[in-house]
Amino acid sequence: MSLAIELKGIEKNYPGVVANHDVDITIEKGNIHAIIGENGAGKSTLMKILYGMVKPDSGTISIFESPVTIKSPQDAIGLGIGMVHQHFMLADNATVLENIVLGSEPMKAKVVVDYAKARENLENIIETYGLDINPDDLVADLGVGFRQRVEIAKVLFRGAKILILDEPTAVLVPQEVDELFKNLKVLTANGLTIIFISHKLDEVMAIADSISVMRRGTTVAELVPSKTNKRELAEYMIGGELPAPRPATTKPREEKVLVVKDASLNDRTGREFLHSINLEIHAGEILGLAGVEGNGQDELIEMIMGLEKPSSGSVHTVGLDTNVSSLREIRDHGVGYIPQDRQRDGLLMAAPLWENRILGHQETKPMSNGLWIDKGAAKKDSERIIEEFDVRTPSNNVMASALSGGNQQKFIVGREMSGDPKMLIAAQPTRGVDVGAQAIIWDHIIEARLNGTGVLLVSADLDELFKLSDRIAVIFRGTIVDYLDPRTTTPEQLGLAMTGEKIA
Amino acid sequence: MSTLKGNRLWKIITSPSRMMLTVGAIIILISLIRQFTGVDDITSPGATGATIRFTIPILMAGLGGLWAERSGVINIGLEGMMILGTWFGAWFGFLYGPWVGIFAGAVGGAIAGLLHAFLTVRVGIDQAVSGLAINLLGAGTARFLSGVFFIGKGGDVNISPQVSSTGSFTVPGLSPLLTTLAHKHILVISDIAGVSAGLVTKINWASLVMFLALPITAWILWKTRFGLRMRFCGENPVAAESLGVNVYRTRFIAMAVSGALAGLGGAYISIVSTGNYLEGQTAGRGYIGLAAVIFGNWTPAGVLGGSVLFGLTDALRVRQSTSVHALLLVVIVLAGVYGLTKLRKKDWKGFITGILIAVLVLAYYMINKTVPDEFVTFFPNLTTILVLAFLSQRLRPPAMAGAPYRKGEEG
Amino acid sequence: MKKLNRLFWALAAPVAAILFTLIFVSIILLFKGANPLSTFQLIATYGSQSDNIVAELNQTVAYYLAGVAAAIGFKMLLFNIGIDGQYRLAIFMAAVVGGATHLPSYLEVPLIILTGMVVGALWASISGYLKVKRNISEVISNIMLNTIASGLIIYLLQPSRLGLKGKSSDNLSTPLIPSSGSLPTFHIFGGELYSFGLVAIAVGILYWIVLNKSVFGFNLRATGMSFRAARASGVNAPRMVFITMALSGGIAGLTGMGELLCNTHTYSLAFPTGYALTGLALALLGRSNPIGIAIAAFFWSFLEQAAPALDLEGVPKEIVMMMQGTIILATVTAYEVVKRITRRQQQRLVGAADAPRVEVGQKGDK
Repeated sequence: MSLAIELKGIEKNYPGVVANHDVDITIEKGNIHAIIGENGAGKSTLMKILYGMVKPDSGTISIFESPVTIKSPQDAIGLGIGMVHQHFMLADNATVLENIVLGSEPMKAKVVVDYAKARENLENIIETYGLDINPDDLVADLGVGFRQRVEIAKVLFRGAKILILDEPTAVLVPQEVDELFKNLKVLTANGLTIIFISHKLDEVMAIADSISVMRRGTTVAELVPSKTNKRELAEYMIGGELPAPRPATTKPREEKVLVVKDASLNDRTGREFLHSINLEIHAGEILGLAGVEGNGQDELIEMIMGLEKPSSGSVHTVGLDTNVSSLREIRDHGVGYIPQDRQRDGLLMAAPLWENRILGHQETKPMSNGLWIDKGAAKKDSERIIEEFDVRTPSNNVMASALSGGNQQKFIVGREMSGDPKMLIAAQPTRGVDVGAQAIIWDHIIEARLNGTGVLLVSADLDELFKLSDRIAVIFRGTIVDYLDPRTTTPEQLGLAMTGEKIA
Repeated sequence: MSTLKGNRLWKIITSPSRMMLTVGAIIILISLIRQFTGVDDITSPGATGATIRFTIPILMAGLGGLWAERSGVINIGLEGMMILGTWFGAWFGFLYGPWVGIFAGAVGGAIAGLLHAFLTVRVGIDQAVSGLAINLLGAGTARFLSGVFFIGKGGDVNISPQVSSTGSFTVPGLSPLLTTLAHKHILVISDIAGVSAGLVTKINWASLVMFLALPITAWILWKTRFGLRMRFCGENPVAAESLGVNVYRTRFIAMAVSGALAGLGGAYISIVSTGNYLEGQTAGRGYIGLAAVIFGNWTPAGVLGGSVLFGLTDALRVRQSTSVHALLLVVIVLAGVYGLTKLRKKDWKGFITGILIAVLVLAYYMINKTVPDEFVTFFPNLTTILVLAFLSQRLRPPAMAGAPYRKGEEG
Repeated sequence: MKKLNRLFWALAAPVAAILFTLIFVSIILLFKGANPLSTFQLIATYGSQSDNIVAELNQTVAYYLAGVAAAIGFKMLLFNIGIDGQYRLAIFMAAVVGGATHLPSYLEVPLIILTGMVVGALWASISGYLKVKRNISEVISNIMLNTIASGLIIYLLQPSRLGLKGKSSDNLSTPLIPSSGSLPTFHIFGGELYSFGLVAIAVGILYWIVLNKSVFGFNLRATGMSFRAARASGVNAPRMVFITMALSGGIAGLTGMGELLCNTHTYSLAFPTGYALTGLALALLGRSNPIGIAIAAFFWSFLEQAAPALDLEGVPKEIVMMMQGTIILATVTAYEVVKRITRRQQQRLVGAADAPRVEVGQKGDK
């Protein structure tokens, strides 16, 4: 049994945040080792440490049983560690060979690239590891699965013996996932070691030889698939405490603020994003939408808001048919939207806060009379929001870009809840927000519910879903697979449902 | 094996022969038109020679634009760099001889190129602003320096003293033979002879030397390590940086070369074409060079094609405007062919567009005896707009050209 | 105190840029053997002479409108280098329409102005369309369109088409606009001040009010600041981009109206060119603010009017052109620097009092 990697006692702190604490990981040579954990569990920081992008505060790293210090990505590459990023770094307008060779070009006569030699090396790699790529293909012509193989070839070209794959299946469809796994098996058969970062439990159970579970910055368990099951993994990942669900003091009302009937959404090439969605939200109800990111939540929100029209079926938001009404009309009719990407979709970063108050509400009272902006009202109301939502800023004249992420979020939440909207779409409303602010935001969402607002709560935070939702819908691969009652479901069950498994 | 390999193989097999067929067809077409319209000047040695002289400056500007954009920086300042090239070329040519002048022109352009690089890469101001400001500065500086240096030496603020040109050469034996053949007006053979004669008769050494910039550019960009890295700076600078490429430094070098090439083009204008520096002699050719880059789909061969096309129309206009009129027939035929190929693919919109253009141009051809001068002057610009409007899907600009890049920021 | 701080930084960039330019130009003058101080003094006195002030003010009007046109584009992050072509085509067509119609004054003048605005807007919308539908840089398409516009005008200006031959054979111009199509001038300072300046002032006021007070203006600015956020807030962002380009072209169409309606009453090739570069420079210098642009425009005309005087004293008047180019570069650079400083300032002010805290887990936690 020879060890490829041994991490002992890794610590990494940032101001106010403990990213990694007492992390222990042992990986045997020739194994596929999965590291699982929720968002924020510390996986990416750990990988950055391993790849030399970040230096640990304390702890030891041993590669192939010799202790090392990794100060930069070049050091990591020199030790045989290769990182395949989640977001591919490829130039579309160049060939596979060129993309792979860049930065490590074999040379002829000092200035000319020895493409013949490079090609030879690459074809060796293709041969040995069975990677189905062609050196002369233009990357622009390649699909996602091919591109990932190019990225893998890139690190192999540089002599990697240990591969780190960061959420490799996030962008793949099932057949591509199978192909990837086949490739990984060939790599390990050739003696390579693979670190596989994921939060998809079923894949991890299928491919990994050993698993480390991370939660809240530390490794909480090291397991072998044959000796465990998904339920146990979910338990470790999420934590077993049942959060106390809030007593429902009111019942949801009769009136429906959202009716999605058998709606599907395809893009121009026929790729299906959403499939036969049936969803209803009543006034005075919070419907939680649980699911791993990338299963169609974004598309569903766009469809509900009217940005995308359903390819089939119908969507009625606050009574308006999205096939007929525009986004603006729907918003003006009383829909608040807390976007997942607050800086890109929710704020004008270069504008002062009081102008950001107007965003999304610029055509109705009190921010405007349809033609003219009411600056006074905007300033006054932004003060109210700053007050009520504890937004830490010296004034409402400060540019949005100057605020911290958490404060930006608080402001957006405050803005979107003003005017008692009929419906509120909240996508990851407390991501990146500290515990105190989280409580404030939760309180306001519950209050909105009491006032009769129908809330769609899209969240990856199971705690949040349990605390706030009346019902939880689970979305998986573009369709709603289950409806759960938070009072009678455990977090592990929810975690499982999110992987597509039906709960008994 | 991937199915794409199949496609690729097929493309490689058919490509060279398809190209030869197209070129052959065009030669025959032009020859027929010549016979039909009696405008013999189109393929004459004289016209070819003139075309070369008009093409070279545009080609140099185009290559300058290519170097810049391939590295990720849009260079609107080509015009200003060309102006500096004309000035430095004329002045140093006057003082020390034409070849020194040419070298000086390149240096002058390179300095402006480095300024552009500094402002856009280091300081981070908008590339268009920097380019335009350099155009202004270039023009102003040239004027100012003229005032300082030319007066009293036989020049003025807008004109320099005479500069002798670089010599020209003629290939013995071949030249007279081809010329005679050309004058015989035999279909196809005389046309090819005429063009070939133009290529070997009275060719200015500077034309030859500067033309070499084209194959050298192609070689550097696609064979050397620097070229590979430079291209990636334009396609995905974040990826390049992550693999160890110094994007900032590469762009600096590219901009210096870009400016130098534009400067060479300018020097050619003042030393070879005119014989002295004249204010305004660049006549917007810096911008036409940009047009050639777009028209040429950001490849050296394409830039050559675009430059030749633009240079040809300019040359013919100057020599005999009926030639340009005759070329309309080429447009009609090409439009018709385009429409027909779209018809085969059942693309009704494409078919109608092609036929419509053919008919309109035909109508114009019948009604007017000549193409007005003014139209010919903006022909390259019109062509570029049309290419941009209709062929934007086929165009492959460097993906990140024009986008601001800050080291250390994830895309 | 905060307002003072903001004012300081707002002025810091242009002031720094001007200082830099003055120093740079002084060095060049010294190199040429001229005295910088006396040169600047010369410019100042010559420019302030009464008969020159009127010419400067008239020129300011034109430059101002070009600046506002450019500023509108800037709000949408559009670089309208096409102001040249838009302005010339607009003024040409306006002159042609004016020369061909003989309506009473209250119809003729608005007709001419309207023609100019519409033509300018239409010509600009070509590049706007290409930008929105095909994502083509408006800089490149406008540069092409400028040349095409020039060619078209020269072509149409021929006597056989829309033009007229003047006394000397080189003087091609459009038919004269009747007196009903002219605006009066004010006789002050010994010169003729174009009354069209009042329209320019109105445009400036309108520009500021619409952009800062109206919903449309808010939507426009929002789209320029963040295409996606604007879209999520209900704005038809692509359409906004297109409209902005057309609007910019429409204002560009007004730039030559003063000259046309108050002075020449006809269009000829002698009309000034180069408004695009000036307009963009002024919008940059004036930070797209109507008052800032006005000040910059006056300053620019002042310099240009004084340039010939330099000649008489043996100082190359091209120095003015170099000054202009340098000011642009210096200003833009200065703004970049100031922007970074103020951003860091603001971040410090806001502080990091509430970084998120995460509870640390323990081994074996279930």
